[in-house]
Amino acid sequence: MILRLAFASLLARALTVAMTILAIALSVMLFLGVEKVRTGAKASFADTISGTDLIVGARSGSVQLLLYSVFRIGNATNNLTWESYQDIAERPEVDWIVPISLGDSHRQFRVMGTTTAFFDRYKYRSGQSLSIQHGAVMDDLFDATIGADVAQTLGYAVGDPIVVAHGLASFTEHKDQPFRVSGILAKTGTPVDRTVIVSLAAIEAIHVDWQSGAQIPGQSTPVDEIRQMDLQPQAVTAALVGVKSRLQIFGLQRAINEYPQEPLLAILPGVALQELWQIVGIAETALVAVSAMVIVTAMIGMMATIFSSLNERRREMAIFRAMGARPWVILSLLVLEAALMAALGALLGLVLLYLGLWVAQPLIDSAFGLWIPIVAPSMREFWVLLGVVCAGAIVSMVPAIRAYRLSLADGMMVKI
Amino acid sequence: MTNSDHILALSDVSFRWPGQTSFALNVRDFRLDPAETVLLLGESGSGKSTLLSLICGTILAKSGRVHVAGTDIGGLSSGQRDRFRAEQIGLIFQQFNLLPFASVRDNILLPLRFAPDRAGRVSAPLATAERLCRDLGLPEDVMAQKAGRLSVGQQQRVAAARALIGTPPLIVADEPTSSLDAVTQATFLDLLFAQSRAHGSTVMMVSHDSRLANQFDRVIDMADIAHTTRYAA
Repeated sequence: MILRLAFASLLARALTVAMTILAIALSVMLFLGVEKVRTGAKASFADTISGTDLIVGARSGSVQLLLYSVFRIGNATNNLTWESYQDIAERPEVDWIVPISLGDSHRQFRVMGTTTAFFDRYKYRSGQSLSIQHGAVMDDLFDATIGADVAQTLGYAVGDPIVVAHGLASFTEHKDQPFRVSGILAKTGTPVDRTVIVSLAAIEAIHVDWQSGAQIPGQSTPVDEIRQMDLQPQAVTAALVGVKSRLQIFGLQRAINEYPQEPLLAILPGVALQELWQIVGIAETALVAVSAMVIVTAMIGMMATIFSSLNERRREMAIFRAMGARPWVILSLLVLEAALMAALGALLGLVLLYLGLWVAQPLIDSAFGLWIPIVAPSMREFWVLLGVVCAGAIVSMVPAIRAYRLSLADGMMVKI
Repeated sequence: MTNSDHILALSDVSFRWPGQTSFALNVRDFRLDPAETVLLLGESGSGKSTLLSLICGTILAKSGRVHVAGTDIGGLSSGQRDRFRAEQIGLIFQQFNLLPFASVRDNILLPLRFAPDRAGRVSAPLATAERLCRDLGLPEDVMAQKAGRLSVGQQQRVAAARALIGTPPLIVADEPTSSLDAVTQATFLDLLFAQSRAHGSTVMMVSHDSRLANQFDRVIDMADIAHTTRYAA
């Protein structure tokens, strides 16, 4: 009956109570939403590369190497010479090696030169392989395989011609050597979606008439002539390496890092991802802290609402006292009320979160390439909701203790 | 007669509000017999409210004894006094008796929630509440209605039903009729007395209105039993 009375009392103040519940619901939605985005981002981040034991590039920082080789963010300061690449490839520990060559772009997307082995060796989301959705993997020198986002954004279909631009965000185009879209990859949720993949030889081919980053004036080698040339690259940007036995990873890493002919760097993708996440983690923590503060604000709002209702409810409390309720019944009634409001707010917040996710999921995916799965609330979210209810109860102790004092002083007579 | 034979017995009680020096209440001797109806007449400021609080145990006398149904309530802890009040005393106030947001049913049954013994005397609470409402002349469908929706007269009758349920030995009414018109007043008292007599409860009503006197077994003037001291500020 006490629970029913608490409910009835809340209903009688429906408008104020609804506003309080809404405030709590929005704060809970924000907090859980941030959590969802955070864990989604972290997961999609960690899922970007798997199955690669080492990434090799010119000596720089491990995070930088990871960023440009996997995430296509930033640029390589230096290249890995073809001789060094060959040396590493011939080492007995190496099971497979895939070269990647970056530096050109097509519209807003990066162009990556590699071998067809890339499609077999590159794995994402715990071992998933790339798959072709339309067409086929590049075969000809001037074939390009494009990621799902490239195809979708630029409206490309198999067979369409594309022109690669020199450098990034450049107006100098490799107009003399147009490419043809040979295949479109299925969506992966990784940077591959936003990459134009061509053969390593193709990268060489489009730079035939170029020297030191500029086109040699007046020189334009015909395509047929290029096809006859030796298109062995002088250097590549980085290489993905798989070892025969996991035990050899560290040995090979040390050997590459101490490679005498050229300053090189070999990194373990998992370790570099961890390092990178530590940097991102600060912003992440700040985001969680801010959304937690919003919950605290909503809680204080509720406390203020209860406080301001105390005066008009002194009669109500006096009636309870007259009927034999001890002062602690009054106290627990207010705490119960607050816990009910917090619980309703938390539930509503959860409902709003899932509604919001349902609406925003495709938008976030297309805007940020971040797919947030809609799954049942996790244990962690359950604890957050429970925490909100407990916080509501604890916060309401402040006005409840005041009500306790008031009802002790008032007894059954209220003199207003 | 000993204290235990009276439903209410105050002897040599003195009380002073803490921190307040300008008012003190002294009651030398005040007793009520079982099943009688008593009107306690007093002007406002005569200490009626303080006396009621003493009887109900929400405040404690500085000295002297307050016996309710044979129990010295000064010897009870505050929690025990709260339960004791719920068990022994049915209360009706001048107005704002009910929780306006709760149904009439919940309002009537509320004291039973805090008084297990009194609840034990009511075998079928819902049926009993319904019967009380009918006997007090409330409409049939009143039980499910929100108390705040009723007229003042109806609210007072619901309060009476709440005071009567579980037949507490003492019913204390603080000016229950002052907000009612003369006709409703008379009906209200008739109904209240009919019910209290049927259950053998003592009714002590506090009022400043001496016109009601002829309906009671006994009329006591506050001034005869209580000595209030006021010091000019």
